[in-house]
Order: sequence, then structure tokens, then C-alpha cells
Amino acid sequence: MSGEFSTLFYKETLRFWKVGFQTVAAPVLTAVLYLLIFSHVLDNHVRIHDVQYTAFLIPGLVMMSVLQNAFANSSSSLIQSKVTGNIVFVLLAPVSYQNFFLAYVLAAVLRGILVGFFVLVVTMWFAPLSFVAPWWILVFALLGGAVLGSLGVVAGIWADKFDQLAAFQNFLIMPLTFLSGVFYSIHSLPSFWQGLSHWNPIFYMIDGFRYGFFGVSDVSPWQSLAVGGGALLVLSAFTLTMLERGYKLRA
Amino acid sequence: MAVPDAIHIEQVSKQFGALKALDQITLKIAQGEVFGLLGPNGAGKTTLISTLAGLARPSSGRVSVMGFDVQTDYRQARRQLGVVPQELVFDPFFTVRETLRIQSGYFGVKNNNKWIDEILENLDLTSKANANMRTLSGGMKRRVLVAQALVHRPPVIVLDEPTAGVDVELRQTLWRFIRRLNADGHTIVLTTHYLEEAENFCQRVAMLKAGRIVLLDTMQNVLRQVSAHTLRVKFDGSPPASLTFTADAGDGWYAMPFEQFDQVEPILLSLRQSGCIVRDVEIGKPELEDVFIRVMQAGNEASQAV
Repeated sequence: MSGEFSTLFYKETLRFWKVGFQTVAAPVLTAVLYLLIFSHVLDNHVRIHDVQYTAFLIPGLVMMSVLQNAFANSSSSLIQSKVTGNIVFVLLAPVSYQNFFLAYVLAAVLRGILVGFFVLVVTMWFAPLSFVAPWWILVFALLGGAVLGSLGVVAGIWADKFDQLAAFQNFLIMPLTFLSGVFYSIHSLPSFWQGLSHWNPIFYMIDGFRYGFFGVSDVSPWQSLAVGGGALLVLSAFTLTMLERGYKLRA
Repeated sequence: MAVPDAIHIEQVSKQFGALKALDQITLKIAQGEVFGLLGPNGAGKTTLISTLAGLARPSSGRVSVMGFDVQTDYRQARRQLGVVPQELVFDPFFTVRETLRIQSGYFGVKNNNKWIDEILENLDLTSKANANMRTLSGGMKRRVLVAQALVHRPPVIVLDEPTAGVDVELRQTLWRFIRRLNADGHTIVLTTHYLEEAENFCQRVAMLKAGRIVLLDTMQNVLRQVSAHTLRVKFDGSPPASLTFTADAGDGWYAMPFEQFDQVEPILLSLRQSGCIVRDVEIGKPELEDVFIRVMQAGNEASQAV
């Protein structure tokens, strides 16, 4: 790893850390509010995979926080740099596109996992939680963060304006995460929607992540790993090609 | 091996849709030169700088910096180049020192504090080192931009309108520093709208118009193209028919070009003899602006001579 990579990674990390109230504390509060409301309404009525609803919900919320914040970090950093013009400082430097990609994605993963960690620390007191396979928890957190961080790079580069980025976030990322089994098991869905959910890569990441806690899941964690890993490979290749060609960054 | 040109631009064209922003530009700038890129807005100056810096890719042609191709050997080429962008851009998250440390890191330069301190000192920024970028005035932000371009000690420094919207004091600080850098062996390339600055600092200039170089010569030769000094006289009465003043601005001032200073006295004499009373006299030196205006008006014919 070169000095270019570590500097860009450091800069990206420092950027969100300096506004940590907004980038870390706020999303933790949001996740806790979801938990309070849904568990209040549903905890006595619903059990999934023989797990109490609040306990089932916690890993979903943690993973949703990881995903959304990883996406938010790379995409918002890039669009801000583009709109204000300071992206030029990176473009003038001998930073290779591979290092550029790695730095943005890893900083996104770091923020995602940091937020997820705090969400877990705050919410784990609300319900009995087990940690059956901690390695799966870590693997899917990393994988999910990387996929969404990479998607954030694509969105941040593609969008010319903040409202375009907001559209990407509201019409693609939000539905994909909300309809991925954060709040429910897809086995409870009608078969059509169940089938459709299997086309959503985010479903596999949340399902695999939850397996790490309870040892039960809708599909095998290995299958989830394959789908998530495949998604990351395809997306990375796409993003790297975009960066190599200088799409929207170099005229 | 021969010393490579600081900048070598070979038949570079850049097309933006239907617009030809650069049209077959060929230009060599030797190491140690102070070179001026002049031209009206939209002439292609910034696009040319962008192709040098790798911010834009030429549609055809090749560009190299200190012998390194900006596309195939872009990492080396960018290490040779320090660019001060025209736009007043900054990252609002960081302080001045953080900004400079980060910029050093992008170039793989570690433990750069000593050099950073020196740059800050030279640009009168030391007292602002720990201030957030957001809190700086426009002039101060401009200084930081210059500092950022220098963190990796590039042999070639490109300044795109470095003094646009900058007060007199900073302008002087800036030029003093640029002169020093040039004396230390740095090659300087600049664009400016202030022709006076180009006249004072540049050894050679290129004038661009509509993406083409319409004039390329040493400053001395360019100024020589303006054939004459100008005598400006304000007088009461009507001038004799033998004197043909080229301009009457309507404010009592008349202007007339002349080649040699011994022509001045006879002009004044014939004014006096015809009963005119001279109220004021000015003598104008040949100015780059005159060449600029003439070249920009003629444009296409002049390009044949290059």
C-alpha cells in the first residue's frame, strides 16, 4: 500500500469523523428509534425462526445501518468534492485509480461498521441476543459495507447534483435495503415476493449476517457469501472500469 | 541524453462535442523558462492546462512533462507538475496545515513539515496554519492553492490566473515568491489577463485564440512588433494639416505613434508654430496589450507566421 492510498483513506476517515455527530451519532439514533417503535408494536405478537421479534430485528437494523452508512459515506464525499471542485486535488496527484477505489470503499466500510457497532452496543440490551457464529457476522458486515461503499462510489461519480444522488438513494438503495428482510423473514412473504427477494443481493447479506447471531437463516450462509461476494466482484470491476476511464472525472 | 523539455505539447487537439477547444497545438517550453499563455476567455488556455495536468484527455496528440508522457506515464508526469487551479476551490473539512499534509501524502511525500513551514512562511500564511479553510478570505485561499501546488517540490509550476481577484499586497508577495522559485530552477507557466504582469515576468509568450496558437515568440520580439511609442498631447487650438493624429478621444487628447525620440520635438514645434498651446504631454511605451489587441483582431492571418 502506498502513501497515496493511506493518505486518501485517512482523509476520507477524518472527513466523516470531524462531523461524527451527523455521520455516526445520528444514524445510531435513527436505528434505535426503529427498534423502539417496532418492538413496542410487535414484540409480543411475532416470533421468527423461533426467535423473539426484537432479537430478530436487532441484527437487521445493525446491518441496515452498516449498508446505508457505507453508501452515504463514499457517495456524499464524492459528490461534495465534485460540486465544490476540490476533487481536483486528488485528480492532480499521482493517485492510481485502484488506490482511489480502495481508499473510498474502505473508508465507507469503516464508517458503516462503526455505526453498526454502536447500533449493536445500544440495542443489544433490549432483547436476549446470541452470537452463534461471530465470524459470519464480521464477514457479512465487511462484505455488505464494501458492496454499498462501492455502489456509493458509482453513485457519487454518476450524480452531477445532490438531487440526483438523493434519487439514487431513495429509489434504489432504500427499497433494496427495506425490502431485504431487515424487518421480517422473507418466508413470511407470499411466494411471488419471496421469489423476487431472491434477486436482491442485499437480502443475502442481511440473511447471512443474521445467521451469525442465531445460527438460523432463510438460505445457507455459504450461498449468501457466494451471492454477496459475486456482487462485490461485479460491482468492483464495474467501478474500477469507470474510474480507469475517468468517467465524469476527467474530461 | 538531451535535457527534456519541461513541457512538450505535440499536435494536441481537444474536441468537446462540436466545439474544438484545442486545435493542433504544438508547443515546447524549456526548463527554467517563465512562459505566459495569453488569450481571451474561451481561447483554450485552461483546457490546455487541463491536458497537461491529466484533468482532460486530448482527442489527439501527445503531451509530456519533463519527458514523461501524461497518459502512459501519468504518475511520473504528475509528480513533475504543480498546478494552481483558477477556481478558488478548497476542502471545508480541514485546516490549512491538514490540507497541505494531505496534499503531500497524495504525492507520497512523508514528513514534509519543514518544507510546509517554509512555503507557509513565504506566502505569509504561517499565522493561518491552524485555521479552517472555510474561515479564510479569498486571497488567503488563493495562497493556500499556491502552497498546495508546491508541497511535492515540482520542477514545473503551472498557475492558471494566479492573480485574478487578488489584492496588490498578495500580488506582490506572489510574484516575489514565483521569481524566487524560478531563480531556484523551477519552470513557470502561467495564464493571466493582466498583460502587464506577463510583460514583466514572462520570457516567452503564446497567444491563443479559438484553440489555436496565433503568436509564439519571446517577449522582446513580441514587444518589438509594436512598431512605435505613442505621443499623446493635449492642446488648445486646431492642429496643422501636416500632423495626422491617429486618435481624438474627444477629451482634448490627441495621439500619434512615433519611431524615434528625435521625432517628438518637431511635432511639438509644428504645433506651436500653428498657434496651438500645449497643455499636457504623455509618452506611451509599446505595450503587450497593443500586440494582443492587434493579434486578436487579425487572428487567422497571424497564425500563418507561427
